[in-house]
Amino acid sequence: MSTHTLSVLVENSPGVLARVAGLFSRRAYNIDSLAVGPTENPDISRMTIVINVESHSLDQVIRQLDKLVNVIHIAELKLTDSVQAELLLVKISATSKNRFDVDAVLDTYGAAIVDEDADSMTIEATGDAAKISDLLNALERFGIRELAQSGLVAIERGSGSLADRTLSTQSIPTADSGQADYQN
Amino acid sequence: MSKKMSGASSLVQSLESAGVDVMFGIPGGAILPAYDPIFDSSIRHILVRHEQGAGHAATGYAQVTGRVGVCIATSGPGATNLVTPLADAAMDSVPLVAITGQVPSAAIGTDAFQEADIRGITMPFTKHNYLITDPNDIPRAIAEAFYIAGTGRPGPVLVDIAKDALQKETDFVWPKGLSLPGYHPQLEPENQAIKDAAALIAQSAKPVFYVGGGVIKANASKELMQLAELVGAPVVTTLMALGSFPDSHPQHFGMPGMHGTVGAVTALQKADLLITLGARFDDRVTGKLSTFAVNAKVIHADIDPAEIGKNRFADVPVVGDLKHTISALIPAIKAEFAKGRADLAPWLASMNKLRATYPLGYDAPKDGSLSPQYVIERISALTGPEAIYVAGVGQHQMWAAQFVKYENPRTWLNSGGLGTMGYAVPAAMGAKVGAPDATVWAIDGDGCFQMTNQELVTCALNNIPIKVAIINNESLGMVRQWQTLFYEGRYSNTNLESKRVPDFVKLADAMGCVGLTCDRPEDVDAIIKKANSINDQPVVVDFRVFRDAMVWPMVAAGTSNDDIKIAREMAPDWDSQEL
Ligand SMILES: Cc1ncc(C[n+]2csc(CCOP(=O)(O)OP(=O)(O)O)c2C)c(N)n1
Repeated sequence: MSTHTLSVLVENSPGVLARVAGLFSRRAYNIDSLAVGPTENPDISRMTIVINVESHSLDQVIRQLDKLVNVIHIAELKLTDSVQAELLLVKISATSKNRFDVDAVLDTYGAAIVDEDADSMTIEATGDAAKISDLLNALERFGIRELAQSGLVAIERGSGSLADRTLSTQSIPTADSGQADYQN
Repeated sequence: MSKKMSGASSLVQSLESAGVDVMFGIPGGAILPAYDPIFDSSIRHILVRHEQGAGHAATGYAQVTGRVGVCIATSGPGATNLVTPLADAAMDSVPLVAITGQVPSAAIGTDAFQEADIRGITMPFTKHNYLITDPNDIPRAIAEAFYIAGTGRPGPVLVDIAKDALQKETDFVWPKGLSLPGYHPQLEPENQAIKDAAALIAQSAKPVFYVGGGVIKANASKELMQLAELVGAPVVTTLMALGSFPDSHPQHFGMPGMHGTVGAVTALQKADLLITLGARFDDRVTGKLSTFAVNAKVIHADIDPAEIGKNRFADVPVVGDLKHTISALIPAIKAEFAKGRADLAPWLASMNKLRATYPLGYDAPKDGSLSPQYVIERISALTGPEAIYVAGVGQHQMWAAQFVKYENPRTWLNSGGLGTMGYAVPAAMGAKVGAPDATVWAIDGDGCFQMTNQELVTCALNNIPIKVAIINNESLGMVRQWQTLFYEGRYSNTNLESKRVPDFVKLADAMGCVGLTCDRPEDVDAIIKKANSINDQPVVVDFRVFRDAMVWPMVAAGTSNDDIKIAREMAPDWDSQEL
């Protein structure tokens, strides 16, 4: 069992999420998380997929994904050469009495209180999976009422951009009565 | 150049611009706006009797011509009736474009009358699909659909168009170029891969060509012949590849797989190198995968990178169009051979001996009744290798694969990947439309025939004179064979009683075809000649054959190819073979 983070640039077209999700389900690939959002280019979205490869090779998953016409580029982002983060919102039972203890934990993890009332507070934190899980452990003793977590998002370290390297503006010529052209 | 017109007219102009000459379909509410300009179009529209027939007909057309086949249907049930042929085309890599009408865009998502999310339904088995709600998008979607369907690994593309998009006014502008940033089929193989493949071939003492349907899609039969003769190795052609290499060629070992020849199955099993060209290591070919060709290295050449390594590790992957790949391999191999190569003589001697010992064969039924294999053998002999043969799914399909002699590509059509009963009649119709001068024989089962024979009406009315041989064993024969072998002869629900009902001759007659019947071996030739002499009407021959005939050889599902049986409980005599 091994976990990989794939950064997938897709055309921002309707149905593209269904295509990717459908591919993973019908080929029995296991997704740990999938996060999708806009990129610097309005025509392109980025999906960050954390995949658990057991019986299928990572290569096979990438090649099947690459067959989807709306998938433009796929890169595996290794921990060492990417920045990876997820977002945590967690509501804990806490009152002004243990506020001091909570603050100490939050300082350690760079987390912040984003909402609070008489007997609860909601904390926001970002970080990689390990940090988020450590923070949750540390907050456990206050009593966790509810939590919401985003999938992982990731980006390459350094100045390069996936999109710059992969988007060609090349256009495929069509011909009138061009069927012959479409045969190999 | 742009012209004001309705979305519907823009659709029809787009189809004309894409070079469509024929399409198969049935109108209905949502697609109705398109049928008005179709009325005036140069495109021949063939009105079928069921949308499944339209889909398989488009497939038959595509398979014989190599062009993109086109079918068209209305929303909801019209579209869902296309699901089976689209799945079929995806499995067999057939270039199709399916056009469907959709409910008006404002009604999408409301469970409107005849609404079905056909784009969602067909996502898993189309190469790509579209839902168009803006009439301005129609020409681009059609141009892309044809390009995607016909290039790379071919496949079906569906374009679903909302009714209001067909009705609204738009400018027709045929796109000058397409922008598909995520679609770049690789045609040229990499040099290093070609060199590595050539080196492996020169070292191999027991090579085999494992040839799949990709060779036919790539129109690479001529190149394959040169390559095969250069290397001198045995050639096996899968169910999808029959005709890509002539059956009569001395290097041809027949079809591998569940009902393959002993020679083909064993050649793969014992090889030290599989030269895999456009094949995909399907379970019906490999048998139990972990026991398949265990000593062989694998060269895997395919246009679809996802096929490589999917089922079997490839020592040398070669991604590219097979015509380019094979053309590049030939000089590379010559260069390697100039430096020296392994001696194939012992391998060829033992394989040739094995092939001679275990030819395909069958026993004539002891009760004097008609043997299904004999009927098929005679159809082939009397009609010849220029004709096109189209099978349904079942025993008759395997016998047609085994006993028709194929010499040319695109003369054998069948539903290989999906195994779709009902494929034969409509696919034969499409084949005849694509190749009007060829004789087209559908070799069908009595079960399959009863699924889609309504298209014979279409054939009769549209001057599409196909011939149908019903191999009538009055049962779902292939299922019955499994019941004989694996369920102690408990024939649960496989008895069709089709020697009693329906009366196929009357049925043929009622559908505007000539109906003939034959149940004696001595009449077979005369009946086939009679059928072959009728060219102004479809012909249906009810061949009433021996019920208990079985398909042999057989590798039982999930078992090893090493356990091939040549008849019930009869394995080849391996001890007398030196392999
Ligand atoms: C649509 C569909 N339904 C069911 C099957 C399962 N099936 C495979 S072969 C077969 C029997 C086919 O009978 P027939 O057409 O009479 O051909 P035979 O095997 O007798 O030659 C069946 C039911 C199938 N392949 N396709």
